[in-house]
Amino acid sequence: MYHKTLPYRIFSIFNNVLLTAISILCLLPLVHLLMVSLSSSAPANAGLVTFWPIGFTMEAYAKTFNNANFLSSLWVSVQRTIIGTALAMLVNAVAAFALSKDTRIFRARNIYLWYFVVTMLFSGGLIPNYILILKLGLMDTLMALILPVMISVYNIILLLNFFRTVPKELEEAAFIDGANHLRSFVSIYLPISMPAIATISLFTMVGHWNAYFDGLIYIKESMNLPLASFLQTIIVQADMTKFDPSMVANLSQRTIRASQIFIGALPILLVYPFLQRFFVKGIVIGAVKE
Amino acid sequence: MDSNTLLQPNPKAVRKTKKNRGYKQPWMLHFMVLPAALLVFIFAYVPMSGLVMAFQDYKAALGIAGSPWVGLKHFRYMFENEYFLQITWNTLFFACSKIVMNLIIPFIFALLLNEVRNMGLKRSIQTLVYLPHFLSWVTLSGILIDVLAQTGIINQFLTSLFDIKPIFFLADGNWFRFTIISSDVWKEFGFNTIIILAALSGINPALYEAAEVDGASRIKQTMHITVPALIPILIVVATLALGNVLNANFDQVFNLYSPLIYQQGDIIDTFVYREGLLSGQFSFATAVGFFKSMISLVLIVISYRFAYKFAGYRIF
Repeated sequence: MYHKTLPYRIFSIFNNVLLTAISILCLLPLVHLLMVSLSSSAPANAGLVTFWPIGFTMEAYAKTFNNANFLSSLWVSVQRTIIGTALAMLVNAVAAFALSKDTRIFRARNIYLWYFVVTMLFSGGLIPNYILILKLGLMDTLMALILPVMISVYNIILLLNFFRTVPKELEEAAFIDGANHLRSFVSIYLPISMPAIATISLFTMVGHWNAYFDGLIYIKESMNLPLASFLQTIIVQADMTKFDPSMVANLSQRTIRASQIFIGALPILLVYPFLQRFFVKGIVIGAVKE
Repeated sequence: MDSNTLLQPNPKAVRKTKKNRGYKQPWMLHFMVLPAALLVFIFAYVPMSGLVMAFQDYKAALGIAGSPWVGLKHFRYMFENEYFLQITWNTLFFACSKIVMNLIIPFIFALLLNEVRNMGLKRSIQTLVYLPHFLSWVTLSGILIDVLAQTGIINQFLTSLFDIKPIFFLADGNWFRFTIISSDVWKEFGFNTIIILAALSGINPALYEAAEVDGASRIKQTMHITVPALIPILIVVATLALGNVLNANFDQVFNLYSPLIYQQGDIIDTFVYREGLLSGQFSFATAVGFFKSMISLVLIVISYRFAYKFAGYRIF
């Protein structure tokens, strides 16, 4: 009955306070960002804003939403996230279903599986990938941001492990009723696996939304940049302070920059509650072995 | 007899159902794998063939087929290059520090979180500490550059508390290293506790009850039940992390570094990017990337072997 003892109770109070403080520490940078974006520019530039807005104003957001380049980037990101996630989930789930079959049913399974796993272990690297996109004529297109990252071998493995936990009897019953593989996938596996598929979809979405590097190297036209890449260029441009501490460039932009970064992070904050509900389940499932 | 004909099997009907059984159609499964296999071929296997550039002096005008072969020239140049040794060391330093910190801190945090009795509080803490994992390094670097600046709130706070000069977190080599490692730990420690918490929930409660009856204190219970039960998962996480010792997180370093601190902050990936795409040294950059891939491959194979041997871990 240790949790009735006095030392443990003292520890417990101390522990709860400590962990609460640590978890608040995870939120503070975002709170600070939001407060800077809601302050008027003079106190923000002077660095007076901490965790409460000074001279509350929505001006920075108004300016951000009047910026044509920002809006077009936002639209590119939305397109890329929706199309990229839908296509990726379709192709990955169908492949994972086929690969989840036993070798007795699908004799080539292990050959395919290794064919995929090798790409997890070894890749051409940055330069050959870049030249490939150049040669395929995908430069400056939305597809350059979607096709190369469409197949995630890791997600295929997560899904196939999940499909293998589905009771075989269900499928056998369907086969006896005259179903084929496609039918069994659509009518049995998909409905059962919805939690896992939703989880992986959300992860894929977050990945697409946050990806900035491919946009940086494959997109030349600034109007076609996805939002993450657009923000990256802004931050680096405004980053003159890092090179020369005495030079304080672009400071009037501080509140606007904060508002842009915050809008960039907002969709993540919005899907996060849904992510959180079952992503633990989804991840652990990948590690469970019968 | 009419009733007898009913009992006799109809051979035609039997054969018909056998032929139409769904699992007798492997072509359909092949068809399902095909789109993924095709994409992997184009976007993973074709670039792998591009690795031959590492043994050539690649000129864009000549293409891979027409460029002259130079053998191991680029690899020799790489190993004789002082700067390359420096960035390899930087990469190893960052990666290993992160591996160690991202093992110890989540472990301690999970143990402490395990002691929180109030379920509502426990869930709120978890929700908050998982969040930074989902924010991109672009967002975070935007915040960090602002907060860690010479006039940023961190320096204001420090200078008002202690009588010191402002610290150049991102412009001084040693502080830059500190910033990279601590910000990575801050971002990932919560998410890394998930796997440890999952292992904690798998421990048989009867063990704790038995220890309780024998009069073991909570500290004793933790030392003799919880920690031993977690050792296999720690070994798995540590060995699987081995495959990443040459990945020091490009996204993070790329968004925070500057020419000022290349000596302490430049890593292999950022070097490949600058040499290849900015200076147009395609062959040399490919050779560096190739070297890194080879080392990573060997380490991954070894680490998966170990993880399977020690803890029976397999990916599929």
